[in-house]
Amino acid sequence: MKQFISFVRKEFYHVLRDRRTLLILFGMPIAQILLFGFALTNEVKDSEILVVDYAKDAASQQVITRIGASRYFKIRKAALTHKEILATFQTGKIKAVLVFPANFNEDLLRSNKAQIQIITDAIDINTANMITNYMSAIILDYQNQISENLKIPYQITAETRMLYNPQLKGAHGFVPGVMALVLMLVSVMMTAISIVKEKETGTMEILLVSPFKPVMVIFAKAFPYLILSLVNVTAILLLSVFVLDLPVKGSVPLLFAESTLFIITCLALGIFISIKTDSQQVAMLISLMGMLLPTMMFSGFLFPIENMPLALQIISNIVPSKWYYIIVKSIMIKGLGISALWKETLILLGMTLFLLGVSLKSFKIRLQ
Amino acid sequence: MAADEKVIVADKLTKRFGDFIATNEITFEVSKGEIFGFLGANGAGKTTAMRMLCGLSAPTSGNAQIAGYDIYSQTELIKKNIGYMSQKFSLYENLTILENIEFFGGIYGLTDQQIKVKTEELVNRLGLKSEAKKLVGSLPLGWKQKLSFSVAVLHEPKIVFLDEPTGGVDPVTRRQFWDLIYEAADRGITIFVTTHYMDEAEYCNRISIMVDGRLEVLDTPANLKRSFGVGTMDEVFYQLARSAKRGD
Amino acid sequence: MRTLKFLLRKEFRQIFRDKSIVALIFFMPCIQLIVMPLAADYEVRNVNLAVVDHDKSPYSQKLISKVIASGYFKLQGYNASFKEALSLIESDQADLILEIPQGFERNLIREDKQKLFVAVNAINGTKANLGGSYLNSIIGAFNADIRMQLIQQPRFSQFPVIDIVPSNWFNPVLNYKIYIVPGILAILVTMVGGFLSALNIVKEKEIGTIEQINVTPIKKHIFILGKLIPFWVLAFIIFTIGLILARVFYGIAPIGSLFVLYLFIAVYLLTVLGFGLLVSTFCDTQQQAMFIMFFFMMVFILLGGLFTSIDSMPEWAKLVTRLNPVRYMIEVMRMVILKGSGLRDVLPHLAAVAIMAVVLNGWAILNYKKTN
Repeated sequence: MKQFISFVRKEFYHVLRDRRTLLILFGMPIAQILLFGFALTNEVKDSEILVVDYAKDAASQQVITRIGASRYFKIRKAALTHKEILATFQTGKIKAVLVFPANFNEDLLRSNKAQIQIITDAIDINTANMITNYMSAIILDYQNQISENLKIPYQITAETRMLYNPQLKGAHGFVPGVMALVLMLVSVMMTAISIVKEKETGTMEILLVSPFKPVMVIFAKAFPYLILSLVNVTAILLLSVFVLDLPVKGSVPLLFAESTLFIITCLALGIFISIKTDSQQVAMLISLMGMLLPTMMFSGFLFPIENMPLALQIISNIVPSKWYYIIVKSIMIKGLGISALWKETLILLGMTLFLLGVSLKSFKIRLQ
Repeated sequence: MAADEKVIVADKLTKRFGDFIATNEITFEVSKGEIFGFLGANGAGKTTAMRMLCGLSAPTSGNAQIAGYDIYSQTELIKKNIGYMSQKFSLYENLTILENIEFFGGIYGLTDQQIKVKTEELVNRLGLKSEAKKLVGSLPLGWKQKLSFSVAVLHEPKIVFLDEPTGGVDPVTRRQFWDLIYEAADRGITIFVTTHYMDEAEYCNRISIMVDGRLEVLDTPANLKRSFGVGTMDEVFYQLARSAKRGD
Repeated sequence: MRTLKFLLRKEFRQIFRDKSIVALIFFMPCIQLIVMPLAADYEVRNVNLAVVDHDKSPYSQKLISKVIASGYFKLQGYNASFKEALSLIESDQADLILEIPQGFERNLIREDKQKLFVAVNAINGTKANLGGSYLNSIIGAFNADIRMQLIQQPRFSQFPVIDIVPSNWFNPVLNYKIYIVPGILAILVTMVGGFLSALNIVKEKEIGTIEQINVTPIKKHIFILGKLIPFWVLAFIIFTIGLILARVFYGIAPIGSLFVLYLFIAVYLLTVLGFGLLVSTFCDTQQQAMFIMFFFMMVFILLGGLFTSIDSMPEWAKLVTRLNPVRYMIEVMRMVILKGSGLRDVLPHLAAVAIMAVVLNGWAILNYKKTN
């Protein structure tokens, strides 16, 4: 045990000496939390809308004023042909075009039926959908207003409650996601690289000929990253509570226990990669390029997993961050306890044991 | 030895790293074609001095001319006229012998014809014909060192700087290495070499010994032994090194 | 220039000597480009719905079947109480709850007015927003149906009705892959170029070969060019392969001119590689370089508009994205490939990345010190 501690101390020196890496290590989660918390939202805000008003009458003016007054849209007016509208979309500056046909007011008054066309840039489907929805709501509102003196019978209204996240803040979905992402990448990459580096520079040999058990050498290398990652978890949680106003609803000790388990899973994965590779570059490419996008996508915080093709849904099960994401979300936001999460916990535990088992086995073979 | 043309002139050359004075006002001259031994215990400041002379590191104060060029303002001209072999093996291990020769020849501006001739000469001289297409990383250390040296003088520089070129090499190979050095010196290339082997020091025309960043003595091996009143260079070195305050 | 030739020959030899890295460089982006878009389906359908029907009347049945028939919702089951339905939300089995109060049908007819309750799991903002508004519009349509049924009187056509005709351009069938594929290709090319260039110079520092280069009379800008060009070529090839894969697997072929696209990529890659090389000149170990690149890459990707629209960011974040080369790349990819934008349309983007390319590469040259 004393040997182990002195090894761990050496590893800490290594890690703490490299200030630049350390800065990034702690700067990254903070920057990400702030970005996700403040900069990234899925809502539509200030979208530039082009209005093509062939009617130029009282009714069209009123609709335009209403749309312009909402915080969702910024209005520009222009009289354009179909072809010119296409050209405007091609400049990439506008998201939608609202077209009022000639005689809009007259149609509305005389035949009680008028048309408005909403053309959206549907490449970004969600934005397009939201723009259409918001605009329709504003137009409907206008329509109701002009007929307000006429009482509409049999009215059904839906009262909508937003659970967990009444203001629809992006941070609610993102904080658990960022935790999963950052922990996964940092722990995997750091362990993988630092072990492979010792192999590359030959210092691994020195450690292996020491009377210390080789397996313990590996554990000692991974240990500082466990501590660092836990510090990261704490920083992220503090930020989310005090800066993003996103409190932890469930048990904090449980959250830390689960985080520790997840970090160990990641360290095990890092150890596995380091045993299978011989050069830093390969280890980095695998743990970064190979894992950055898949971790982002398969965790489920950016894209709903149930929308994926079945094969990918199955694949997503082997991504540890998916399970951790579910756990964090449940504890932080929904306030659930271990009784609701034992399945996810067992899966992470199983993955860890599997990875460690395979690593140790191939490590022993290498030593012989 | 050629007429007394000075190819290295150092005048109070100093390098500080913060409070630490790695090289403290060293002053010396080296003549063309000379084999100049640069000795000192570990940490005495040899490598720092050499890196300054090669233009890899800018001096804090003092002056020097290398091959007639100023060490501050004309470093790139100096680099055209010197070769350097660092302590750490620094050819590309994942290139073959031929590819390394071709690369460094090209960097120094040799023509394709020159590269071809030089390559053939070099490979034959070192007896590496059958290994020519092997990766440098797969060669034994002794061959690597000989190859590094040959690549460092590929462009026929005026001076070649060798930083502990024979570290970790067996005596036979060291002997062969020094044969290469003599051949280069005969062609008029000045050799500036650091070493820890005192038998190698005896091979030099003149020797300087650094202690704690200072240039303590500078003379021929024979004169040094005489003035210290001892029989071997080992003892000269030991007497000087004992007075050192820093070191490992 | 002759020096450059030798430098390039050396770099290419070294890159292709390590077969496992070459394989990684080529296969990883390709596989990700093929697989990732399948996962990146953000379309809101299959919203899981839990229904609490306290009324169990013909009307409530009708409403429920109308909701299911819309195709957006998947019924997770009828629950006896709101609390029961809430547990489905807690376990992520349901996203929405529709609660129909007791006496819904009776009260609607008697009192002319009735309320429904909708509860949304709003952790995932988009799904909540869209699912909720789909549900609302279905309820609206149901309302209109009921009204027609109850009062078939002509006076109702007297209400002014504005008919909204939405049309979706560039992606009429709302295929999410069209949105994501060009973006992913942009990210992959950026990652390959950025990471490889960041690791390159620093690797020579780590193994010590940079010393041997530094004592040669090589010009600094030639050295940087020698490092830049190989990765530029590699990234170009990967980009081309990516375009072909996008065509083969997703049927996405550039509508705009290939010339414009390649012109932009050519300049853009200089920016990315310049950034990588700059990082490389600052660092002492590959590990450091990797981490710094990783940090910036994350920020670039997240602020690049790949997943979330730049329009909806706050002003300060929008300003930051102006310094983000990835943002321009993703925009241009979508504009040229999907909308057929021409050179004039992408000129501002081109100018922005060109300026960044000059600054970053210039900085890298200045920061690469042969003498320290």
